[in-house]
Amino acid sequence: MAIIIDKTKNVLVQGITGREGRARTKLMREFGTNVVAGCTPGKGGQDVEGVPVFDTVKEGVEKVGGVDISVIFVPAKLVKGAAIEAIEAGVQTLLLVPDRVPLWDTMEIAAVARDHGTNFIGPNTLGVISPGQAVIGMIGGKASSAREWFNEPMAGRTVGVISRSGGMTSSCGYYLSRKEIGLSTLVHVGGDSVIGLSIPDIALMFENDSDTDAIVIFGEIGGSQEERLAELMIEKKVTKPVVAYIGGKAAKEGTRFSHAGAIIEGNRGTHVGKVKALREAGAVVVDGFGDLPDAALDVLNKLQPAGA
Amino acid sequence: MARLHEFQGKALIKEHEVDVPRGQAVTSPAEAKNVAADLNCPVVLKVQAWTTSRKAQGGILFADTPDEAKEHAEKLLGMTFGNFPASEVLVEEKLKITHEIFVSLSIDDAAQSPVLLLDCAGGSGIEDRAETVARIPINPIYGADKDSIAHVVEQSKIFPEMHDDVVTTISKLVDLARKFEARALEINPLVVTEDLRIIAADCRITIDDYAVFRHPELGIEIARELDHPATDLERLAYEMEMNDHRGTFYFAQLPTAGHAETKGLIGFHGAGGGGSMMSMDAATNEGFTIANFCDTSGNPSVAKVYRAARIICAQPDLIGYFGSGSGVASQEQYHSAYGLAKAFIEMNMSIPVVVRLGGNSEDRAVEILHDACGKLPAPVECYRKDDTPAFCASRFAELVASGKTQSTDNKRTVPDFVGKDSSYNFPIQGGTVWIDHANCDDETASLVIKHSQELLKLNDEGKPVMAVDEESIAKKDSELIACEIECFRAGKPVVFVDLQIPQLDQAAA
Repeated sequence: MAIIIDKTKNVLVQGITGREGRARTKLMREFGTNVVAGCTPGKGGQDVEGVPVFDTVKEGVEKVGGVDISVIFVPAKLVKGAAIEAIEAGVQTLLLVPDRVPLWDTMEIAAVARDHGTNFIGPNTLGVISPGQAVIGMIGGKASSAREWFNEPMAGRTVGVISRSGGMTSSCGYYLSRKEIGLSTLVHVGGDSVIGLSIPDIALMFENDSDTDAIVIFGEIGGSQEERLAELMIEKKVTKPVVAYIGGKAAKEGTRFSHAGAIIEGNRGTHVGKVKALREAGAVVVDGFGDLPDAALDVLNKLQPAGA
Repeated sequence: MARLHEFQGKALIKEHEVDVPRGQAVTSPAEAKNVAADLNCPVVLKVQAWTTSRKAQGGILFADTPDEAKEHAEKLLGMTFGNFPASEVLVEEKLKITHEIFVSLSIDDAAQSPVLLLDCAGGSGIEDRAETVARIPINPIYGADKDSIAHVVEQSKIFPEMHDDVVTTISKLVDLARKFEARALEINPLVVTEDLRIIAADCRITIDDYAVFRHPELGIEIARELDHPATDLERLAYEMEMNDHRGTFYFAQLPTAGHAETKGLIGFHGAGGGGSMMSMDAATNEGFTIANFCDTSGNPSVAKVYRAARIICAQPDLIGYFGSGSGVASQEQYHSAYGLAKAFIEMNMSIPVVVRLGGNSEDRAVEILHDACGKLPAPVECYRKDDTPAFCASRFAELVASGKTQSTDNKRTVPDFVGKDSSYNFPIQGGTVWIDHANCDDETASLVIKHSQELLKLNDEGKPVMAVDEESIAKKDSELIACEIECFRAGKPVVFVDLQIPQLDQAAA
């Protein structure tokens, strides 16, 4: 299997008639994603790439009969309204792609999502891809590139990838694939300081995924996601092997490099603290990003002794 | 980060009926004396600086007379904090305090919501009392829950008759944090005075960068986390980001003290936050000092990449230009290649360049950059996703060491036909497109049309002109720059997209 997205899931695209929405709908479908509906207020009745467009999410859900995931490609300041609309229409999982969504908007979305038992990924996410099945968001770009870059799952040697950096999600997948490692799902959790599903949440999903043998993390300074994963490992709620790299070693307190979440405030979220927490919980933490694929291979080989 | 100074924060909360000490921010010792005289009481002088240990650094002084206030102000205005010189001193009445309350609202990433930290024993030594500080979750939609605040206040030693007002003031502060979309709001301390006033004695507010557009009244100039006052180039870059929302553009200058002891200063151009940090580490490991951080990613327009490169090149004393990001980009990398090539050609690049443009269409990106920049004074090398940042950084170090570096005069050249009466031109967003009709023979004209993606057509005289209306072509800068570079590569440089950056061009002139 895979987590979050697979070829059986019905996907709706909010903002489907916009520049990004239109382009990404085409690419998602080419990779195998089942895009069943789109939504743009006032554009109901049109179609994009053969996908019917509705005025509201509710109408789309009713007409096509069931939507599992809504992917949101609307301008940042309209994300809150779009997300809450999808939650209230009963969609169970949302992907919020836009960058620069105001923090209090994200917190409001989180509060409404909690009340409805809805999961969301992002904002500021490149998306989620399950090689051989489907993609939501924009990971991989062209379908042909994504197929070439990312291996499908391979029995006994498959990892799930969780990353706080969009570009590095693809990089992790590409370099792991070159080492003949299979990939169940790659998840970019988003670069903001408050996000929906975080590293520990996704790790729990991989823990229950039969395809996934080990978990690879691209972490970063700032916030508490890596520390919370370490806690889950100590509590034995995550028992699959974890291999991690933590970026931002050289960054100073108070200066940020692009990702709003990658900022150290006070003594929280430091590189040293994250590495220590993960190592103490039993994770393999590599010092150089280039060492990540070999470390993952090593962990997988230990799971499955040679000749097995 | 969109941080407000203490005096700015206090002015804001005062407008919303939270009392602050009587006083005023000043920028000269004479003003400090006048304010102290007007207040007609012992005063406190507080340097306005973004630092966590202002008192320990001698940034807070007390004065009993206006003359003493003047002396202190002189001293405080001469202080610097990190890279920030003190530009204001806040002169306020000295309060007679009976109780201090620590009030701090921040964002709890794990809970996905704001959290209020409250301690009625005040803020000093708060780090050591972390266990006893009350943590009150705040609902981002409904705001403060007065009952949970009251519960904490009622257990304190504050005069019982003041409890209601203290609770109201704290609730008001929470609501203000929500109203102004603060990422952090700290009043340390909120005090009860001998004459039973409730006053915010200090105030630190940080507004969410992404929400600044909804609060123009706050007058925040540049919503970015920086550890120094914004430089001219940073202001310019920020303005460009705000004027072109296609993709991300982030530029920040870094401390370069001590670069003389390293291999030298280099311009850095990344793509994607995570990959950029990694690539900067690779360049630092080779012994270079990085002059700036820059990120163009998220499918940026060609013009954006071009402008970013121009801004990077405008920094003085660079000995090289290093570009590398995540390396396996989902975006089409030839767009970036066109933008970079255009900037390098205009700057007649005389310092070595290594850029890693791995990802979609990387072969095309490498070909464009190598071909278009092959005749420049300095080498321009482009790499792919299978070339690691460490490899690219070491190759960069070789090129710099090979001595092909010349001093760069940072001067932009534009082709002769720009501005000539014989040339055809039309406006686009942020610039003008020029076509050298005088040198457009039939073969050249058809080459231009071939690369114009149907934006240009031949007129009756067989010369290339706009094929669509001005409005439709205004945002086609990416396509038109591609046309310019393709004609340049074919040896027929008859198209030029003039994207002026007046501030840079003047500075270099």
